[in-house]
Amino acid sequence: MSSFITLNSIQQSFKDETVIKNVDLAIPQGQLFGLLGPSGSGKTTLVKIIIGLLNPTKGTVHIDNQKMPSLKLMQEIGYMAQSDALYSELTAKENLYFFASIYGIPKKQQKQRVQEVAEIVDLTAHLDKTLEHYSGGMKRRMSLAVALLHQPKLLILDEPTVGIDPVLRASIWQDLKKLQKQGTTIIVTTHVMDEAEKCDNLAMLRDGYVIAQGSPDQLIEKSRTGTLEEAFLQYGKSNHH
Amino acid sequence: MRIRAIIKRIVQQFLRDKRSIALMMVAPLLVMTLLWLVLDLDQYEPTIAVTDVPEQMQDLLEEQDATIIEMSPNEAEEALGDKEVDAHLTWKKDQVELTMEGSDSTATSAVQQVLNQTSKQLNPNSLNMEVNFLHGSTDLNLFDNVGPVLIGFFVFFFVFIIGGVSFLRERTQGTLERLLATPLRRWEIVVGYLSGFGIFILLQSIVIAVYSIYVLDIYMEGSFWAVLLITFLLAITALSLATLLSAYAKNEFQMFQFIPVVIVPQVFFSGIFHIESVGWLDAIGKIMPLTYGADALKEIMIRGQELSAVLGDIGILVGFSLVFILLNILALKQHRKL
Repeated sequence: MSSFITLNSIQQSFKDETVIKNVDLAIPQGQLFGLLGPSGSGKTTLVKIIIGLLNPTKGTVHIDNQKMPSLKLMQEIGYMAQSDALYSELTAKENLYFFASIYGIPKKQQKQRVQEVAEIVDLTAHLDKTLEHYSGGMKRRMSLAVALLHQPKLLILDEPTVGIDPVLRASIWQDLKKLQKQGTTIIVTTHVMDEAEKCDNLAMLRDGYVIAQGSPDQLIEKSRTGTLEEAFLQYGKSNHH
Repeated sequence: MRIRAIIKRIVQQFLRDKRSIALMMVAPLLVMTLLWLVLDLDQYEPTIAVTDVPEQMQDLLEEQDATIIEMSPNEAEEALGDKEVDAHLTWKKDQVELTMEGSDSTATSAVQQVLNQTSKQLNPNSLNMEVNFLHGSTDLNLFDNVGPVLIGFFVFFFVFIIGGVSFLRERTQGTLERLLATPLRRWEIVVGYLSGFGIFILLQSIVIAVYSIYVLDIYMEGSFWAVLLITFLLAITALSLATLLSAYAKNEFQMFQFIPVVIVPQVFFSGIFHIESVGWLDAIGKIMPLTYGADALKEIMIRGQELSAVLGDIGILVGFSLVFILLNILALKQHRKL
């Protein structure tokens, strides 16, 4: 299977510190791919490298056979940052229309898209509020809505469900699965094990290394443990020696 | 269309932020008014204590708008010490003795001027001079003189603060990075930002110019539109400099640290003080945008020049802006190479 996203011996250093160490990844099209690791393991850095917001010190990223960064590919990527990068003085609707214009969605379709994504994240009733009056969870959902606006081929979500209540979290995962069925490739970072279990494939990240890769079942089986959490600890140990 | 989206967003944001609008539009007016109150006063009228001064001389002194009080030498000494009078004039046989309080240079020179005029009238044979003015008049006071520089400075200052902080916020709240994760080009972000803010800057320039010229009645010989063009160019320079410097500030506090370093020195070198005689001081002024804006404003407002006479200043201001804008686009490279 040819991969949709290829990371080739990526290394990232800030000053003297190397935060990403020799990472190779191959993600096939249409997959729901998880980057699992504790905070500080390099998930966000890796995500920024994939999307082109950071130039890796070494190595290359190819998406759909094109080298990143590429403005053309940016159009195909939906990105949800770890911090809610939204304009708090504006209403949710104004935020959505702004990003819709930035992504070049034609005027006539904007209204429809805004309504569709608002429904997905269950914010239809709150579209006219300014984001100053949104709770943390609502802002996360808004960020997700913005990422979905232009129907991207690739969705990159950095800790999408932090601060979202369990009911909504389940429904967001349902929506992600639905998008995946429509052919969207999705990369999700998480530090929550039960979320990682919902991914097709996982890369376990620790201290900038990928310590293990594979489907959740494979990872558990190979480490001869019972849960992902135990598996993570097991791989971490064996990697240290 | 994408640039238009950015402009629209900035306008929406700005209209929600009433306080920033007030700071941009009303604060400069308030400060200009206060300065006008302080600088537009009539000349200082000194109070002079006299001892044994002939009646005729006293009348002449009073004609020069000085307040004259007769005192004994002891009384006068005490009054000088308490700053109740500015000088003490004593008549001794064939000699006149003047003691100044001396701690206030304005008062000292006012006393000197009164005495000069008086002695001229006592001695009608002295040189009779007729004074004509090429520009301005005897009524040109301190406010008229430094007013053009102050207009330039306040435009620069307030645009710098608001423009710099709002672009900085874009960085700290992550929206700048978010924008760079879209197909927006770096120059589109910079141009969109400058245009969106440009609308408010233009309004601010109009408000300040109209207020200074028509309400405060600052001395004005040239054309209003020329003044407006120069203030607007100066504001664009300030905005592009502020957005550029915001790349090197981590937070609002660090942004404000640029004020004493970048903004305040410009006042000293932009024409309020005469520094032409000291070459290296003059050279420092030459690298400061306000020098050129203030020079152009003075030429237009005080000397009544046309825009064509200040093309050099205009060119340099445009040049400053272009350099800052290009550096801005380059500075965004630290976020995204492309």
